[in-house]
Amino acid sequence: MTHQRWFTPWLLVAPAAVWLVVFSLWPSLNTVVLAFTNAKPLGGGRFTGTENFARIADDAQLGDALLNSVIYMVVCVPLLTLLPLLLAVLVQRKLPGISFFRTAFYTPVIASAVVVALIWGWVLEERGLVNGFAQELGVLSGPLPFLTDRWLLLLSAISLTVWKGLGYYMIIYLSALGNVSRELHEAAFMDGAGPVRRFFAVTVPGVRNTMALVTVLISVSALRVFSELYVLSDGTGGPGGQDMSVVMLIQMYSRGFTGHLGYASALSLLLFAVTVGPMLLLLRFNRKAAA
Amino acid sequence: MARRKRTGRGFGTAGPGEKALRYVLLVVVLVLTVGPFVWQLSTSLKGLGEDIYTRTPSFIPADPTLANYGSVADTIPVWSYGRNSLIVAAIVVFGNAVGATFAGYALAKLRFRGRRLALGLFLATLILPGEVTIISQYVTVRGLGLADTLLGVALPGAIGMLNVLLMRTAFLSIPAELDSAALIDGANAWQRLVHIGLPNVRGMLSVVVIFSFIGAWDDFLWPLIVLNDPENYTLTVGLQYLNGTFSANPRLIAAGTMIAFIPIVIVFAVLQRFFFKGVEEGAIKG
Repeated sequence: MTHQRWFTPWLLVAPAAVWLVVFSLWPSLNTVVLAFTNAKPLGGGRFTGTENFARIADDAQLGDALLNSVIYMVVCVPLLTLLPLLLAVLVQRKLPGISFFRTAFYTPVIASAVVVALIWGWVLEERGLVNGFAQELGVLSGPLPFLTDRWLLLLSAISLTVWKGLGYYMIIYLSALGNVSRELHEAAFMDGAGPVRRFFAVTVPGVRNTMALVTVLISVSALRVFSELYVLSDGTGGPGGQDMSVVMLIQMYSRGFTGHLGYASALSLLLFAVTVGPMLLLLRFNRKAAA
Repeated sequence: MARRKRTGRGFGTAGPGEKALRYVLLVVVLVLTVGPFVWQLSTSLKGLGEDIYTRTPSFIPADPTLANYGSVADTIPVWSYGRNSLIVAAIVVFGNAVGATFAGYALAKLRFRGRRLALGLFLATLILPGEVTIISQYVTVRGLGLADTLLGVALPGAIGMLNVLLMRTAFLSIPAELDSAALIDGANAWQRLVHIGLPNVRGMLSVVVIFSFIGAWDDFLWPLIVLNDPENYTLTVGLQYLNGTFSANPRLIAAGTMIAFIPIVIVFAVLQRFFFKGVEEGAIKG
């Protein structure tokens, strides 16, 4: 490399390296430090040993939040692993107008979670579209409290997440479907296998790795949920704050007079502990895909 | 893309029955995914005289009006929130387009001491969900004197580590012969980046630009933490604030959400062919 001054590469990497240190590496270390202090949004910052972690152990609201996360995962993982695959199969065939449908199905993904949650709040509210329509059809005799009942609110947020995620995972599957052998499909077709049979015998095995990847992606994002629950509950976390997620708790402790940055950092470490396993798996998948 | 072999034996050509079934399913999904947005748009165009709570919903406003878009601006400064969101998105897009391209190029194509270490550190950050460091991120931004400012909102995301790695992958796929030919011609690193690198990574660069814009425009949690003064809110935070006020009228909230939603749809509609081309080329692997 004769035409390269030794510092040229460093000049090019420098901005990103500064960002890496200031906004990624340093905050990671600082989270650990803060977790052992009583730092407040308005000052403070004495070391308090393991006090914050003791508080984690008997935080009932955190218990609810973790339960919500588990329910979120249990419902979202199967739905968002399977439905987007079916959608991808549906939009894979190049029919006239198919790119319009692909783009339209992707719309909920590009919309802000706030926008989407406000729309769903309006659709699901007591006098909203769903309740009104269901009563008109005689399915319901009175309105269901989708946004004010502890479990219905969680369910509403979950359906919102599923609805918003469909297009995202559809695109990932669509990309993977391009690599499923056409010959195998043809051979199965020649053997008289119908579409359902071919889906399970050819398509599913062909995208097995992608399904695993998607499963991990969904698990991680279920643990990180925030905006849906925040907006649907108007920031309250539902009745008695029982519909909070871990990230909502972190946000709650980041602000105001009742804020506690130390405890919020301890919660962040907890969030890291539950997501690091799936995240490492993701990294392995990505490296395999890149190889 | 897979080979496109026509067998002429019926496989790969949809019969009219299958075609019809596919279109029926496509339309059903279309109604489910786009319907709520249309409903919101329709609500935003309904005048005060029209009952929006009716049990038999009408998607077509009886007497369409833009009055709600004016009224929402009387309740919250929605246009200046839009401007704030735009400022944040512009900083983030510019930072990523430049910073991630430079670093990605150096990591892919130039040899220097510490490259492997740098690459390892960039990769390591990927296992960290942003929410985990958001509190100490806030402490850092506050330490820089940027709490409650738009710059404080924009700065941490102005060079995304994932984008650096994506650009590196794109540069890696440029054949080495192109580079060595330019080297023989006496081109320096900068000239090679501009004349050989950039023209060959336009697809990935547009993916990075699209998603930087969408990410910054849509973000809620981070600006919610950084911003205090309602004057400084971005659109997403401002809309949630509107939703929480007593006077909130569904027509106004609907108008507000459309103001936040329509720009992103336009940006995506204009740039979507780059995005779907990237998908077909396997640029998006999740």
